[in-house]
Amino acid sequence: MRVAVLVKQVPATEDVRIDDATGTMIREGVEAELNPLDLHAVEEAVRLRERFGASEIVALSMGPPRAAKALRSALAMGCDRGVLLSDAKFAGSDTLATARTLASGLRREGAFDLVLSGERATDGETGQVGPAVGRILGMSPLAFVSAVESVGDGRIVVRRAVEGGHERVEAPLPAMLSVVKEINVPRLCTLGGRMRARRAEIPVVGAAELDISDDRLGLAGSPTRVVRVSYPHVVRKGRVLSAKDGLDAALDEILGVLESRGIARGGERA
Amino acid sequence: MIESGGVWTLSEVRGGLVHQVSYELLAWGRDLADVLGTPLSAVLMGHGVAGQAEGLVAHGADQVYVVDSPELADFLPDSFARVLGDLVSRHRPEILIASATSTGRALMPLLFVDADTGLTADCTELSIETDERLLLQTRPAIGGNVMADIRTPLGRPQMCTVRPRSRRPLPEDRSRTGRIVEETPDVSSVMRLLEFLPEKKVGAPLQDAEVIVSGGRGMKGARNFAMLEELAALLGGSVGASRAAVDMNWAPYSSQVGLSGKSVTPKVYIACGISGAVQHLAGMSASDTVIAINTDPEAAIFRVADLGIVGDALEVVPALIGRLRS
Ligand SMILES: Cc1cc2nc3c(=O)[nH]c(=O)nc-3n(C[C@H](O)[C@H](O)[C@H](O)COP(=O)(O)OP(=O)(O)OC[C@H]3O[C@@H](n4cnc5c(N)ncnc54)[C@H](O)[C@@H]3O)c2cc1C
Ligand SMILES: Nc1ncnc2c1ncn2[C@@H]1O[C@H](COP(=O)(O)O)[C@@H](O)[C@H]1O
Repeated sequence: MRVAVLVKQVPATEDVRIDDATGTMIREGVEAELNPLDLHAVEEAVRLRERFGASEIVALSMGPPRAAKALRSALAMGCDRGVLLSDAKFAGSDTLATARTLASGLRREGAFDLVLSGERATDGETGQVGPAVGRILGMSPLAFVSAVESVGDGRIVVRRAVEGGHERVEAPLPAMLSVVKEINVPRLCTLGGRMRARRAEIPVVGAAELDISDDRLGLAGSPTRVVRVSYPHVVRKGRVLSAKDGLDAALDEILGVLESRGIARGGERA
Repeated sequence: MIESGGVWTLSEVRGGLVHQVSYELLAWGRDLADVLGTPLSAVLMGHGVAGQAEGLVAHGADQVYVVDSPELADFLPDSFARVLGDLVSRHRPEILIASATSTGRALMPLLFVDADTGLTADCTELSIETDERLLLQTRPAIGGNVMADIRTPLGRPQMCTVRPRSRRPLPEDRSRTGRIVEETPDVSSVMRLLEFLPEKKVGAPLQDAEVIVSGGRGMKGARNFAMLEELAALLGGSVGASRAAVDMNWAPYSSQVGLSGKSVTPKVYIACGISGAVQHLAGMSASDTVIAINTDPEAAIFRVADLGIVGDALEVVPALIGRLRS
C-alpha cells in the first residue's frame, strides 16, 4: 500500500495581524508552520502504516521554497519522503489550480492507494483542495473522516463526522480522505526524527516537470478572482448599563428584552 | 418547456425530509434570479422526496429538478456528484449554490473539478454585479479578520457554498406555482453507507436553537458552565461557547460558536464573559438580538450587543436564574 499526505505551509494564525491601512495580512515577522489540521493527516498516515502496513508514505506540498520546512515537519513525524512543488508559475493559484498542480505532482510519484489531507487550511479555509485532488485522480471521495476502521481487499471503511452524528461508510480504494481534528492526537516528534528530517533531501519539482500546460497553472489557470477585501463592521446601537448601578434594574432590562422577543420563562425544554 | 440556465440551488435532505438550509438557499437564489431576470431552480435528490418539491416552490423556486430513487436514500458523494453533474451539463445553470454543510462541502469540490469551474467556500453574502452579471461572493478570510469579495469570471456555472443560517427563508407561499421536472439519470454508487451513529443530544442542535446562552473565558471554569446550562434550560435554549472556553475543555467542541465553530442565528444570543473577537462575531453577529454580560466596559462584544450589562457574569447569571424561577 502506498500513501500520500498533502501538507501546506501556513502563517501561524495566532500571530496574524492586519495592516489597518491596506487591509492585507502582515507577513513580515510572522512564523510559518505546518497547517495545524494537516498534522492530523500526517499522524493518520503513520498510524495506517502501523495498523495495515504501507510500503511508503510520501508528503507533498505546493508552495514557495521555504515551504520545505512544512515537509520536514511531516518527515519528522514519520513520512518517508517529501516532495515540494515550487515554481513562480504556480503563484496566484486558487483551489482548482492548486488541486490540479498537486494531482499532477502525485501522478509523477506513481499510483497511491490512499491520499490524505487536512480538513482545511487555516489560511485558505476552503476545505476544497483535498477532495478536488482526489476527484482529479479518480479516487473515492471521503471527506470529514473521523476514524479509519479498516483497509483491505481493495476497500476502506471510515467514519465521517456529519451534522448530528457519524456515518460509517465503505468505499473502494484508491480513496482520498480529508480528516477532521478528532481523528487522532498528533505525536510529538522524536529527536531522531527531527535529525533525519533536517538531513533529508527534498526534491523541488517545477512546472516544466508536470503534465499541465501553463495556462492551467497559477493565476492564469484559476477561474476565481479575489476582487476586494474589506473589514467586517458589525455595529448595533445597543444600550450598555452597569450592574453596579443596580443589579435589579439590569435584570429588569434583560427580562424585558427576553419578553419582547417572545421568549417565555420556563420555556419548553428542547 | 424546461427553462435552461438560470440560478440553481442544491436542496439538502436529512432523514427523508427537505432540510431548512434548502429554503435559506432559495431566499438567496430568489434575489439573484430576480436581479438577473432568470428563473430560479432547485435540485432535489433523495428517496421519497418528490412530494416535497411543492414546498421548494412555495419557498421561492420556479422549477424543481427531482431525482427520486431508492439508491439516493443515503448521501453518497460519488452518485450524488454524478447526478448533479449530469443535470448541470445538460441544463447549464449560470449559478449553482449549495449549503456549506457536511453534504455541500463534500459534494461541491467534486463538481467544480468535473465542471472545470470556480468554487468559493463558506460565503456569508451573495450579490450580482449588474454591469457584468457576475456573482459577487463574499466570505470571511484570514481568520475572519477581513471579508473577501470573490468573482468567477472564467468557468460556468459560478459555484459557491453558503454558510447555513446566513439568511432566513422566505415565508412559505403555497399559492406560488412552479414546474416540477422529474429526471432519471444513472444513480448507482460504488460506496455504501453502513450505519448512522447519532450523537447523544443535549438540547437542540446549536444551529436550530432559538436561544443560545454562550460562555467564554470570563466564566472562569468548567463548573460555572452549569449555570449557563441552567439558564439555557429555563429559556428553552442551548449552550454555546467561545473557542477559549472550548480550548480549556469547559465545553465540547460541538458547542463552539464562531469562525472555526458553528454559525448561529438564534432569536436571542446571550454572551457571558466573551470578549467579542472577530472570529467569534463571525459566528453569531447575525443573531436577532444580542445580550452581552462582561466586566470590561470596553469589550468589543458590546459593539454588537442590543443590550450590554457591564458586570460579573458569575453574579448576573445566577441572579437572572433566581428572577426567572421566582
Ligand atoms: C483562525 C482562528 C479561528 C478562530 N475561531 C474562533 C471561533 O470559531 N470561535 C471563537 O469564539 N473564537 C475563535 N478564535 C479565537 C478568538 O480570536 C478569541 O481568542 C476567542 O474568541 C476569545 O474567547 P473569549 O472571548 O472567551 O476569551 P477572552 O478574549 O479572553 O475574553 C474573556 C472576556 O471575559 C470578560 N470577563 C472576565 N471575567 C468576567 C466575569 N467574571 N464576568 C463577565 N465577564 C468577564 C473579559 O473582560 C473578557 O472580555 C479563532 C482564532 C483564530 C486565529
Ligand atoms: N499548497 C498546498 N500544498 C499541499 N497541500 C495543500 C495545499 N493547499 C491545500 N492543501 C491540502 O488541502 C487541505 C485543505 O486546504 P484548503 O482547501 O486550502 O482549506 C489542507 O489541509 C492540505 O492538506
